[in-house]
Amino acid sequence: MMQAIDDSDPGVRRHLGVWRTCLGNGLIRDMMFRGNFLIECITSMAWIVMNLCFYLLIFQFTQNIAGWEKYPYFIFLATGMLVNGLMQTFVMPGIEEFSELIRRGNLDFILMKPIDTQFLVSFHRVKWASLTTFFVGLGLLGYGLWQGGYVPTPWAVAIYPIYVLCGVAILYCVMVVLASTSVWMGRNQSLGDFWFYVTIFSRYPLEIYEGSLGQPIRVGFSFIVPILLAVNVPARFMARPLQEGQWALAVYALGATGVCLVLTRWIFVRALRGYRSASS
Amino acid sequence: MAIGSRVVQWWTILRISLEERLVYRADFALGTLMRFMPIITQILLIRAVFESSGRERIAGFTNNDVVAYYLMVLISRAFSSMPTLASGIAMEIREGDVKRYLVQPVDMIGFLLLKRIAWKLIYYTVALGPFALVFYLCRGFFPGWPDAVTMTAYVTSLLLAFLIGFFLEALIGMIGFWFLEVSSLLFIYMLLNFILSGHMFPLDFLQQFPIVQTLFTSLPFQYLAYFPAAVFLGKISGPDLVYGLIIQASWAVAFFVACRLAYALGVRHYSGYGG
Repeated sequence: MMQAIDDSDPGVRRHLGVWRTCLGNGLIRDMMFRGNFLIECITSMAWIVMNLCFYLLIFQFTQNIAGWEKYPYFIFLATGMLVNGLMQTFVMPGIEEFSELIRRGNLDFILMKPIDTQFLVSFHRVKWASLTTFFVGLGLLGYGLWQGGYVPTPWAVAIYPIYVLCGVAILYCVMVVLASTSVWMGRNQSLGDFWFYVTIFSRYPLEIYEGSLGQPIRVGFSFIVPILLAVNVPARFMARPLQEGQWALAVYALGATGVCLVLTRWIFVRALRGYRSASS
Repeated sequence: MAIGSRVVQWWTILRISLEERLVYRADFALGTLMRFMPIITQILLIRAVFESSGRERIAGFTNNDVVAYYLMVLISRAFSSMPTLASGIAMEIREGDVKRYLVQPVDMIGFLLLKRIAWKLIYYTVALGPFALVFYLCRGFFPGWPDAVTMTAYVTSLLLAFLIGFFLEALIGMIGFWFLEVSSLLFIYMLLNFILSGHMFPLDFLQQFPIVQTLFTSLPFQYLAYFPAAVFLGKISGPDLVYGLIIQASWAVAFFVACRLAYALGVRHYSGYGG
């Protein structure tokens, strides 16, 4: 059952303490190779700038993309950067190692620790350089709002971060479920790529998924694996007021996030039950 | 070494590399099929752009042309991309494995070229199914098969794209003789390659920015993705096609010479210690 975080609970306090240590360790590790850290920040930024240039070029030929004008579209892109920046910083570095932990038998050491295994596997690594994407996203969000002349309501400002976190949670669930299959498959290099290719769909507005090709994707990735909601719902709070009927989508996104988290937990626990140590 | 023994040596390297590559064929086929997934969002995005703009053509490209272009770029990249080549060379230099080429009668660049040919042959064999499926499903985006001359020019441009891709990445790997670590450099190369080669969008879209377009088309990157795709789609023909192929071949020769030179100088600079 989902519970609100209560940091007076010794279990929650212990987990928060461990996470703080992981954050510190990640920072120390990154600062040991400062040059590399700086290069990673610059290259992340270069990648974003290149993508922005692509869309600037596209907007030379059209006033809007499926109803999204230039600055609202930038807000959409910025929301995607916020979600992906958080994923790449706090979640992906840890989960990506899961397959190797299983293959080499090092998962044994994590299982023996007196802390939740899913928590430790998910958050034991932090890649601070990836936070560049998050900060560039914040900058782009501000720029999009300013240039678009759109002043979000206090309600939208309050609810936006919640939906960004929901987006992170949805993508996190997809990643954990895919990683869990490593227990049965031994190695899932292709499934790691699969996560990347599947989540590409979340980086575009819902409105482009039209016609015989787009509609099944829109339905499947909204209601079965709800990755399309990860960016689309929060972006709408900032860039375009939710139209009638889309409020239901926003409410659904909250419910879907909860269901995803519970289902992911169930799959992860099932996967761990099937784990057989590979170490001697 | 006599020609006969050299041919036997080349054949042995090629055979071993083929067998090595076939070990992971299932993972390979699945990975290849998944690489087509982004094309779905590209098709939908491009359609949305054309519908929203109300235009029939953008820089001479129809909606179908752009989708066909992106599909043809996938084939170009299947020839010109060289995953792990530069990083592998740099690692061999850093860890001292490069000395095996110095003490054995095996040429490093020749060995790596044969190994890469073997990898590519296996890739095309395994990827043929996924490629055929996707191209069959997307056949409506293509205007039809090009004539024999265009097809010959296209195949030539693909082979030259392979050679440019190989020698350019091997050259970056050779920088490892001086700097040991080339991963940052490789990432920059990857970024530049993605945008300058025409992988991201057809370079014709830059018509409104003539200086940028001239810069993009003066560099060798366009021959890795844009040029072969544009040749197949008939966007480049007549004297422009002949001129383009000559320039592409010149870049291939230039990178071959630069790569051999870098290797010769690098080996002179290289120091190996320990047992």
